[in-house]
Amino acid sequence: MTLQEHDRIALELRQITKVYPGVVALDSVSLSIKGGEVVGLIGENGAGKSTLMKVLGGVIAPNGGEIVIDGETLEGLSSQQALDKGIAFVHQELNPFTNLDVAANVLLGRELRRGPFKFIDQSAMNAVVAPILERLGAHFGPRDSVADLSLAEQQLLEIARALSMNARLVIFDEPTSSLTLSETHRLLDVIKDLRAEGVAVLFISHRLSEIEEIADRVVVLRDGKNAGELGVSDINKDVMIRMMVGRNVEQFFAKIDHSEGDCVLEVRDLATQTFPDARANLQLKAGEILGLAGLVGAGRSEMAHAIFGIEPVKHGEVFLHGEKLSELTVSTAIANGLCLVPENRKEHGLFLDFAIYENISLPNLGTLSKRGVVYRKAEQELASKSRSELAIKTATLANPVAELSGGNQQKVVLAKWLAMNPRVVILDEPTRGIDVGAKSEVYHLMQALAAKGVGILMISSDMEEIIGVSDRVAVMHKGNVTGTVSGDEITEENILRLAVG
Amino acid sequence: MQKKDIGLAVLVLLVGAVVAIINPRFLSPINLSNTANLIGLFGLFSIAEAFVIVTAGIELSVGSVIALIGVLFVDMIVVQDIPWPIAAVLVLLIGSVFGVIHGLLITKLKLQPFVVTLCGLLIYRGIARVYTEDGTAGFSFGDSFPTLEWLTSGRTGGVPHSFIAFVIVAIIAWFVLHRTVFGRHLFAVGKNEEAAKFTGINSTRVIILAYVICAVLTSLSAIYFAMYTRSIHPGSHGNFYELYAIAAAVLGGFSLRGGEGSIIGVVLGVILLQELENLVNLLGIPSSFKFAVMGSVILLGVIADTQVSRYRDARRNARALASVSGDDGEAISKG
Ligand SMILES: Nc1ncnc2c1ncn2[C@@H]1O[C@H](COP(=O)(O)OP(=O)(O)OP(=O)(O)O)[C@@H](O)[C@H]1O
Ligand SMILES: [Mg+2]
Repeated sequence: MTLQEHDRIALELRQITKVYPGVVALDSVSLSIKGGEVVGLIGENGAGKSTLMKVLGGVIAPNGGEIVIDGETLEGLSSQQALDKGIAFVHQELNPFTNLDVAANVLLGRELRRGPFKFIDQSAMNAVVAPILERLGAHFGPRDSVADLSLAEQQLLEIARALSMNARLVIFDEPTSSLTLSETHRLLDVIKDLRAEGVAVLFISHRLSEIEEIADRVVVLRDGKNAGELGVSDINKDVMIRMMVGRNVEQFFAKIDHSEGDCVLEVRDLATQTFPDARANLQLKAGEILGLAGLVGAGRSEMAHAIFGIEPVKHGEVFLHGEKLSELTVSTAIANGLCLVPENRKEHGLFLDFAIYENISLPNLGTLSKRGVVYRKAEQELASKSRSELAIKTATLANPVAELSGGNQQKVVLAKWLAMNPRVVILDEPTRGIDVGAKSEVYHLMQALAAKGVGILMISSDMEEIIGVSDRVAVMHKGNVTGTVSGDEITEENILRLAVG
Repeated sequence: MQKKDIGLAVLVLLVGAVVAIINPRFLSPINLSNTANLIGLFGLFSIAEAFVIVTAGIELSVGSVIALIGVLFVDMIVVQDIPWPIAAVLVLLIGSVFGVIHGLLITKLKLQPFVVTLCGLLIYRGIARVYTEDGTAGFSFGDSFPTLEWLTSGRTGGVPHSFIAFVIVAIIAWFVLHRTVFGRHLFAVGKNEEAAKFTGINSTRVIILAYVICAVLTSLSAIYFAMYTRSIHPGSHGNFYELYAIAAAVLGGFSLRGGEGSIIGVVLGVILLQELENLVNLLGIPSSFKFAVMGSVILLGVIADTQVSRYRDARRNARALASVSGDDGEAISKG
C-alpha cells in the first residue's frame, strides 16, 4: 500500500521549548520531515530526543513553539490528534498490558468487532496481527500472553502496534536497544519498505551504524538545542560523534590482554523453565569478559536470572569460586560476591519514584549501615562518587529516577550494582540505551574491573559490542550453549552460525 | 521533614486556630488534656496501620483486634487473676501471632491483603463476642491495678500517659521507618516488589514483619483502650477504627499503592482528625452527622494536597522557563 503524493505527511516542528521542573529539556528546537524520508535523530543521553518525540506524539504539551502539519499550524497536539494525523509512536520505555494477549495489545483501542452485539472478533484480529509479526520475524503469535514475553519481544510487540496503524509518520524511539542483529536487520528492512511506500520515519538510536545504514538525513541535538544536521553523503560515525559530544571519542573498544585466572563461575547442565530439556554449560574465569550472544528468546536472560536465584532451575548446578552453591537465591548469590545488572530497568532495576541516591544505595545498605541504621553521609558520598564516575546527568541526586532520561536511568542501574564491588558480575545489556560517550565509559569500567580480577559475563544483543569487548564469546540457542569462540574466531559469521543452532 | 508534612502542619495549626476562635474552651487545660489522650490512643494504631500501608498492603482487622485483645486482657487480669505484666506480654504475643498469620497468608498463599484482613475483621470480632457470650467484659467495683492504671490512663501534670506512650512509639517508628535498613526495605517492597527481589531483599520476611509490627502495636493500643473505657462491649468496641487509621495515614501522605509516606505525616493526620472531632463536638453538630463532616474534610484535604503539589510543579516550571534566553521567553508567554 503506497501513499499517494498528496497523502504524504509534511511536518515541521518550529522553535519547540519544553521545561520540566528545574530542567530545560528543549530550547527552541526545530525539525522537519516529509513522507518518504527517514530522519535519524541523535544526541547524548538527556539531549532531549525523547522529549521532542513526545511533543510530536501528543504525549506532552510544549511550553512554546509550533507544529506545522500539512500546512496547518498548531501550538500543540493531543495524542488523539496525533493519531488522527497518522502519527504512530514506538516508545523508548515500554508499557504493554501484560494481562492481555499479543493481538489485543497490538490493536488496543482499535479492536475489530462483528455481529449485532459488536463482540470482539478474535479471529479477524489474529488475521491482522499475524502477518505483521511475521514481517518482523517475531517468534510469538497473536494469542500468546504478553506477560511471558521478554523485553526484546515486548519491543517487537510495540513496533507491531505502530505498524498496524498504517501511519503516515512512524516515530521509533530506540526500537533496537534490546534487539539482536537479525531482528534489527529485519526492522531496518521494514523501515526501508515504509520509506518506499511514502511513509515518513523518525528514528532514534545510539547504535550509529544503524543510523548510517538507514537515515537520509541526521538531526543532532545537544543539551536540548539543535546542534546541526547532516545530509546523506555526510553521515558517518566520526562526524556524528563529534557533533553529539562536541569532541572526539577515540579508541572506542580497547581490548586489554588480561592474565586469566581461576574459574570464578561455572554453570553445569543448567535447564530453566522455558527450556527444561536444555543442558547449558558455561565457565567464566577471573579477569575475563565473557560475551553471551544469541538471538532474541535464546534464553540468555533467563539463564542469568536462574544463576542469580530469581527464577527456578529445572536442572543443573552453579559453582562460584569452585564451590557449589547450596541454594540458588539472590541473597546467597550476593553473599558470594555475585551480582546481576538486570536488563529491564523499569521493572527490575529501579524504584522510579525514589531518589537517585536511594536507588544506588539500596543493595549496598549492608555496608552503608551500622547495626541496621543507615549511615546517611556515606550513602550520599557513594551516590556522588557514582555520579561523577558514570557522568549521571542530573540537577540533584535527590531527584526521583523517573525524571532522568532513559540512558541516565541505565547509568543509575549500573552504579547501584558496581558499587557493591562484586567479584563476579553478570551484565544484562549493560549499554542498553546509553550514548557513545557513556558507552566508552562503561567499557573502560568493565576493563578496569576485569583488570582487578573480576569475572564479567556480558549479555549483549549489540554485535559490535560483543565482538569489540569480549575476550571470549559463548553463544546460546534454545537454552543450550552451542559453542564458544575466542581470539580471531570472534566474528559475526561464527557467532550467527552458533546462534541459529 | 518533607514539604508535604509542612503543608499538613500548617493545616493542623489553621484548623486548631479556627476551633479555638469558635470556641475558646478548646484551649482549656482539661480539653487539651482530653484531646491529647485521644490522640495517644488513636495514634498508636494509626502508626501500626502505616507500617502495613507502606508495603502496599492494608490491615482491616484493627478494630476487631482491639476488641478481642481488650476482652482477653481484661479477662486475664480480672477473672483469671493473671498478674497484669504477664497478661500484657501474653496479649502482645497473641497479637503477633495474628500478624504472622496475616503475613503468611499474604506472602505464601498469595492472598490479597484486603481479603485476608477483611476475614480477620469478621473472625476476631466474632470470637470476641462468643468469648463474652455477647456480654460486656469489664472491671467490677474494687478491682484495682494502680501501676497499670498509672501507666495507661494516668496523667502527669495534665499530660496523659497514653499520649506519652504515643510520642515514644512515634519516635521509635520514625527511626525504624526513616533511618534503618529495614525501613528502606519496607519502602522498596511497597514500591516495586519485583525490583526489591532483584536487589536481594527478602520481601516475604519484610511483609510478614510489617504485619507483625502492625498487630503488636494494635494490641498495645488495645490495652490502652481497655484501660480507658474500662468496660468492653465487643459488639461495638473499636468499630471502624481501621478506617480511622487508614484516613490518618492517607491524610499524612501515605499512598495506598505503597512505598510512600512519613511518620510525621501520620502523627499530624491523627492530630488533625482529633481536632475535627473536637470541632464537631464543640459546634454541637449531631454525632449522627459527624462522620459525614469528617469524610468531607478528609476528601478536601487529599484534594488540596494534590493541587498544591501541582501548583508547586508549575512554579518550578515557570522558574526554569525564566532561565531560558529572553527571546524564547516571549515566544512562550504567547503560547
Ligand atoms: N518527566 C520528567 N520530569 C522531569 N525531567 C524530565 C522528565 N522527562 C525528561 N526529563 C529531563 O529532560 C531532559 C531530556 O530528556 P529526554 O528523555 O528527552 O532525553 P533523551 O535525549 O531521550 O535521552 P536518552 O538517550 O537517554 O533516552 C533530561 O535532562 C531529563 O532529565
Ligand atoms: Mg530517550
